[in-house]
Amino acid sequence: MLIKRSDGKAARQRLASAYQGLSGGGLDRRGFLRQAGLGGAGLAALGALPVLTARRAEAGPTNFAQPITRRKNMCTHCSVGCSVIAEVQNGVWVGQEPAWESPINRGTHCAKGASVREIVHGDRRLKYPMKLVGGEWRRISWATAVEEIGTKMAAIRASSGPDSVFMLGSAKFTNEAAYLFRKFSAFWGTNNVDHQARICHSTTVAGVANTWGYGAQTNSYNDIRNAKTMIIMGGNPAEAHPVSLQHVLTGKELNRANLIVIDPRFTRTAAHATEYVRLRPGTDIPIMWGMLWHIFRNGWEDKKFIAERVHGMEDVRKEVEKWDPAEVERVTGVPGAQMERISKIFATEKPSTLIWCMGVTQHTVGTANVRALCTLLLATGNVGSPGTGANIFRGHTNVQGATDLGLDVTTLPAYYGLDENAWRHWCRVWETDYAWMQGRFGSKALMELPGIPSTRWFDATLMPGERNKEGAGEAYVQQPDNYKGMVVFGHGGNTVTRMPEMLKGLEKLELLVVADPHPTTFSQISNRRDGTYLLPICTSFEMDGSRTASNRSLQWGEKIVEPIFESKSDYEAIYLLAKKLGFADRMFKNIKVENDQPLAEDLLREINRGAWSIGYTGQSPERLKLHMAHQDQFDIVTLRGKAGTPVAGDFYGMPWPCWGTPEQKHPGTHQLYNTNLHVKEGGGTFRARFGVERNGQTLLAEGSYSKGSEIQDGYPEFTVAVLKRLGWLEELTERERASIEFHFGPNIDRASWANDLSGGIQRVVMEHGCVPYGNAKARANAWNLPDPVPVHREPIYTSRTDLIAKYPTLPDRRGFRMPHLGVSVQNRSTTVVKDFPIILSSGRLVEYEGGGEETRSNKWLAELQQDMFVEINPADAAARNIKDGSWVWVMGPENQSKAKMKALVTERVAAGVAWMPFHFGGWWQGEDRRKYYPAGTDPVVLGESVNSITTYGYDPVTYMQETKCTLCQIRAA
Amino acid sequence: MARMKFLCDADRCIECNACVTACKNEHEVPWGINRRRVVTLNDGKPGERSISMACMHCTDAPCAAVCPVNCFYTTADAIVLHDKDLCIGCGYCFYACPFGAPQYPRVGNFGGRGKMDKCTYCAGGPQADNSAAEYIQYGANRIAEGKLPLCAEMCSTKALLAGDGDIIASIYRERVTKRGYGSGAWGWRTAYKEGVQA
Repeated sequence: MLIKRSDGKAARQRLASAYQGLSGGGLDRRGFLRQAGLGGAGLAALGALPVLTARRAEAGPTNFAQPITRRKNMCTHCSVGCSVIAEVQNGVWVGQEPAWESPINRGTHCAKGASVREIVHGDRRLKYPMKLVGGEWRRISWATAVEEIGTKMAAIRASSGPDSVFMLGSAKFTNEAAYLFRKFSAFWGTNNVDHQARICHSTTVAGVANTWGYGAQTNSYNDIRNAKTMIIMGGNPAEAHPVSLQHVLTGKELNRANLIVIDPRFTRTAAHATEYVRLRPGTDIPIMWGMLWHIFRNGWEDKKFIAERVHGMEDVRKEVEKWDPAEVERVTGVPGAQMERISKIFATEKPSTLIWCMGVTQHTVGTANVRALCTLLLATGNVGSPGTGANIFRGHTNVQGATDLGLDVTTLPAYYGLDENAWRHWCRVWETDYAWMQGRFGSKALMELPGIPSTRWFDATLMPGERNKEGAGEAYVQQPDNYKGMVVFGHGGNTVTRMPEMLKGLEKLELLVVADPHPTTFSQISNRRDGTYLLPICTSFEMDGSRTASNRSLQWGEKIVEPIFESKSDYEAIYLLAKKLGFADRMFKNIKVENDQPLAEDLLREINRGAWSIGYTGQSPERLKLHMAHQDQFDIVTLRGKAGTPVAGDFYGMPWPCWGTPEQKHPGTHQLYNTNLHVKEGGGTFRARFGVERNGQTLLAEGSYSKGSEIQDGYPEFTVAVLKRLGWLEELTERERASIEFHFGPNIDRASWANDLSGGIQRVVMEHGCVPYGNAKARANAWNLPDPVPVHREPIYTSRTDLIAKYPTLPDRRGFRMPHLGVSVQNRSTTVVKDFPIILSSGRLVEYEGGGEETRSNKWLAELQQDMFVEINPADAAARNIKDGSWVWVMGPENQSKAKMKALVTERVAAGVAWMPFHFGGWWQGEDRRKYYPAGTDPVVLGESVNSITTYGYDPVTYMQETKCTLCQIRAA
Repeated sequence: MARMKFLCDADRCIECNACVTACKNEHEVPWGINRRRVVTLNDGKPGERSISMACMHCTDAPCAAVCPVNCFYTTADAIVLHDKDLCIGCGYCFYACPFGAPQYPRVGNFGGRGKMDKCTYCAGGPQADNSAAEYIQYGANRIAEGKLPLCAEMCSTKALLAGDGDIIASIYRERVTKRGYGSGAWGWRTAYKEGVQA
């Protein structure tokens, strides 16, 4: 059923003219979309409701005679972590109230958060398990679904090995579900497990962790209130993280702070900036080095900070010298005077913070971009104190937590990696025999080999595996067989680039399982006729569990209502599959399961017992619940619990690292690497994870240490061997010592702060004021990466072919079991650009999120954005005879790709640049595929996906996809 | 005298549309009726500003002046409400309103208009407070529960303020003084015959 109707022309004209006055001349972006809605669709929908204007489907008006329960959970959309208060009556979510007490959102929401109640009424949710039989959707029972899926998975395992099933998890999982899914994949026997972090901030995690230790936002949304200068680069938080703007704008107002927005597009965030810098897409490194050129030349850098806490800055200086103002302007388009102005402001009006999002990360040079941004912060001494730092705004509600808990092809939970030590550590936590675990995998080599990332899963389906690789050259997958099956939990099907090829991969899969509240694009986009299963999974509002906001704070959400329709929680679905596959008893050994429902609290306790390396150990469910009950007792700037309250001294949500056991009551760490605080008060240093010396230079900090440290200089990470040398070993309690001896026996020297399950080592070193992971320098030179000091490399598809010779992309290579092309694709640019002259970029709208299936199914949101569109500059539009609001075809340089959408002619984008939102799906090359959804589950709004146009291009470190600069052509339809 | 007002701080509004969906959520307003919306000026250009707009509950409301059936009334808090049982859907109020607030459901063919609908300041209508009848015609009555309109309560950047006119004016004044700029309380002269002096 379509709500939208295209009749009612008379009404449209009358209303349109009336509204024209309001939009201040010309049509704004929403204006033109909304007019179509108001005239055509809007009024039409009311045919059935002549007099009434309001109705409440299940609940009716609030009956105040009946008891109302208030339950608290977190918004499931972005990573800000807004609390949602639900009013529940008779098991129905009847109202939503502002959560004034939350120090993060203080009652407020954006369009998505203010409409989350609709998701749990869920007219368009997937209501029961379904199976595709001969191209028809059939309803089946959960028991049948689990039985058939398990049988097929086992068959694939028998014929091709466990690595031939791809496990795609979700950034919308709770921490407990993310951890459980990673554990499930381990028990199944594969590292081919991934989630959305791959395509949003994987390069951030890699870049930041390789610079100073941990892959996460260093400060917090609230802490931005302390900044004097903010640079937002490649991010549009006004639409992507609207509630964060509450803190940004308050900081801007109270401190009269500078708000500089660097972006190819004049975003809604830029509209509130004190200075807007427009750069050519894909030239972030030249901007950073261009700023440092001015900073070094004028001596604005923080010399003391660099000497004490940074390694390799002199190597950066050499690279920066190449980026004089003329070269910067030639490559980026930003004039020298503006570069000098923003450099001076950033370096001298401190504290300064750098905020970035996917405009920085989603590039073939994503990791290098991130590293360049970090280097700017290090050079100006803007890390490790209030108001400074890398304030990385992550995308999904729990993408930080899901990353931390190892939904990643390169690591087990908590970044332990995949080597034997990592496996042995987690086997100890799981109380599972290491040899048994190894037997689950194809081989020990495969057990320790990173898997295939989500950006390339379809390539791994289309290319042969090692057993059939003859004649394939380099185009094979480095595992026994290619992908035969895919199990997707909570992940859209239109979020990965190169969709035409994705479709081929999808059609080749023998088994496709989509476990999600909605059927997602995966269900309808291909011409599959059999072997697809849809499992209805409830949202996080219908289950208990914690989630980690972008600032590393954990928040506990309580189940608001029982899962609606036949939905089940992630926990239960994973448990049922494990049971069918025969390893549930082992996997849930220490987790209470009642009526097939694993207990969320027990899952978190198990995480607490194992995740020492990032300090996920102190946040017990009890402590988290205490924080949720006393949210109003936290200061909104410092996030510290007020004196005299049950949460006194704690930082809100105990941002990790929260060291030691819960009983040790570590308060959590609000600002990472903050040497002004004692480690027991949330202080820290840069992490010593890259050794102690390189080329005769020390990698440990020199003369810098966190407050109260007994070692007043740099020091390595703590192991039993180090404790022995310092004479601190005797301070372990008998119980701690016994635990270490039990687990490590003769290898006791190797027990460390990260793998001591007793927490004794962490406790002892903190007693001495030391940070368990050591005290090192941050690295301006990360020698283990392809570009140790970032260098500019032109995008794979560039319209500036004159720059390719000087700034080529990396040569073709292999990684993640796959071939990875660079130069050979980039060389196509010289011919491609003639037919595809416009740079194509993509981004987010405030009303929708991710692939958009969930939000486009929410009628309150869908009404606000009814059409897929492309933003095009007036000059480009005029040259193509394209009028605002008219239909156009956008064509891409690979696979003869094309997509039909509306044009929005606007100066928001520069001439030669086009921009599209990435939330749409359901159309394919002009065809509306609504009828291929299972009946009643089609989203309200459908449209073409930007990824039907996007092209090849991956970051060498993480296989992040290039979505922000490719080429396209646009024609009037 | 104390009276309820709306104030939208255009230097804070980021067009996130929380006010719009909060309103939909609270009153289950159907598709096509927009009691509140966000209007953006100079979209995509330097100087872009957004303002959240709904019925401003004017002093000497022009809608009431033109209504042929006298369906409008003003509460003790100066909230302008109307009686849908009297409304004939003539549309005069739409022409009189300086803010484009009145909305009409389409009934039947030939573009026939239903009873007018607009922002109630979350104060319901003439029926008994929080009764089923009131809810069905006007939506929730938060004022009767001692709460303010949900749109303003949920505003992401606290740009949209609702409450006693004197209090929200002083909040706004304080804000403008602290930050050193302000484009004024948009629509106040038209709606309330007074501005906010910083």
